[in-house]
Amino acid sequence: MDVDVLLKKPLKILLCDNPVIEDFFSSFQIEAGREEKSFEGLVRELTDGFWEENTTNPREFVSMFKDFVTGVYALENTLKIESLDVLSGYDKYKKQEVCNLHLKPGEITCVVGPTGSGKSRLLEDIEWLANEDTPTKRKVLINGQQCDNNMLAQYGGKLIAQITQNMNFVLDMDVEGFLMLHAQSRFLPNAELVVKEVIDLANDLSGESFTADTPVTFLSGGQSRALMIADVACIGQAPVVLIDEIENAGVNKKKALDLLVSKEKIVLMATHDPLLILLAHKRVVIKNGGMHKIINTNEHEQKLYCELERLDHMLQTAKDFFRNGNGLKAGDSLLKFNYD
Amino acid sequence: MIKLITVAGPPSSGKTSVIIKTIESMEGLNEGCGVIKFDCLSSLDEEQYKKNGIMANTGLAGNLCPDHYFVSNIEACFSWANENRLSTLVTESAGLCNRCAPHLKEVFAVCVLDNLSGINTPLKTGPMVKMADVVVVTKSDLVSQAEREVFRFKIQMVNPGCTVLFVNGITGQGADRLAMMWQGAKVLNTTENLKLRFSMPAALCSYCLGETRVGEDFQIGLNRKIKL
Repeated sequence: MDVDVLLKKPLKILLCDNPVIEDFFSSFQIEAGREEKSFEGLVRELTDGFWEENTTNPREFVSMFKDFVTGVYALENTLKIESLDVLSGYDKYKKQEVCNLHLKPGEITCVVGPTGSGKSRLLEDIEWLANEDTPTKRKVLINGQQCDNNMLAQYGGKLIAQITQNMNFVLDMDVEGFLMLHAQSRFLPNAELVVKEVIDLANDLSGESFTADTPVTFLSGGQSRALMIADVACIGQAPVVLIDEIENAGVNKKKALDLLVSKEKIVLMATHDPLLILLAHKRVVIKNGGMHKIINTNEHEQKLYCELERLDHMLQTAKDFFRNGNGLKAGDSLLKFNYD
Repeated sequence: MIKLITVAGPPSSGKTSVIIKTIESMEGLNEGCGVIKFDCLSSLDEEQYKKNGIMANTGLAGNLCPDHYFVSNIEACFSWANENRLSTLVTESAGLCNRCAPHLKEVFAVCVLDNLSGINTPLKTGPMVKMADVVVVTKSDLVSQAEREVFRFKIQMVNPGCTVLFVNGITGQGADRLAMMWQGAKVLNTTENLKLRFSMPAALCSYCLGETRVGEDFQIGLNRKIKL
């Protein structure tokens, strides 16, 4: 974007095309929404009182505006990732890790291992595009390339979107307003449509429906999780999505994963739930802080998934049975909870 | 030969925890690193630093403006660090009216913000955010990804050139990145020629001098009237 061209555009048109720029003006209490004059024209008309009040001068003001615009639009660049590799480093005992991890969009990978085994370190290494500069000395490659400083500055910290059990919405806004804010900060061209899509998808995932004007803080745990997943899939900037223990969240897990996969996200899941583990394409086993093994979900395991799903369903039916105030009597067997 | 780092942020945003985790996360940073906490009325943070084996001291501004107090004492802090043979000196100060910032030119400047504190906090916090090299966001493990992204966006609107780091003050996640940046901070030989990044308010009125009575007659000096 050529900033010098923007300086000459009538403010009215400039703000119509780029609504985010309004924040710059409102921070100086300038109402620019209906101005016919350009930014340069505005600067000429501002009084000494204005410069004094804001302890600045015309030259500095223009350069602040330029910085703002370039800074804001630099955020827009999103990274097209075709592959992401984590090259082995060392585990807690300084032993060389035995395998590398290869991730690609549309693929689900589980990270398994006991608590404290080093799952979050692995995710941190990805998040920060480690380049032998973290305790594990791992190296992360994007599209087969090592990241240079420029890429680090641009993408460091923006690669991974996280969804965990203890996250909540804290903003005092309704669902639609909140999603619009997020969509605008991402410069999405057809924000209204995307926001509507997110609300529909979230409703589909959670089962208990909510509307566009529900305050985000009023959503139940399941609804919140569903909205977070739909938002990450459709609006979020991060190409990698990390889901941490969402088993009991009242969200249709399979649908949620299908959605993320259909949006070409790289999905990483830290979980102990065998159903989720078998839904994944592969799993990386973490031991003593190191990547210990990569296991691809094989055909046999995929068959077992159906078996497990049946058991899971039985358990769910049993839960509902007792929750609804029923009892078992002589002659009843657990098959009562089975389905065909 | 001291690396000076200024850390500022609203009260209870997690400055102390971030500093402790950052110092702990880097081997060798603990030795030769000291913290001076600037506060207004009281502070218990010195004890918290000491409990974690970090050399610390406190400066209470009392009835003075804490940012003025900071800038008139930074040289003394530097000497303290020299006497104690420190290689890194961190100053921690709570921003109060958000009008000023303790950030100095060519001195590594950190601002700490709380992700729970509302979407407009970056805008309201003024020069503390605007003049910082790094803005650290705490407590972001408790909010949604979307809120994190919007918060980052709001920070970059105020300060397009800064690095935004999400640090968990409890687990220390993300602190090692901050530590790495501290290690790259410029080494100072002296406090001569140090300059504030942002000037302090152009104000000296009767209330600065202890006036308590309300009313036009008692207002001497620089005053500004509200436009309603």
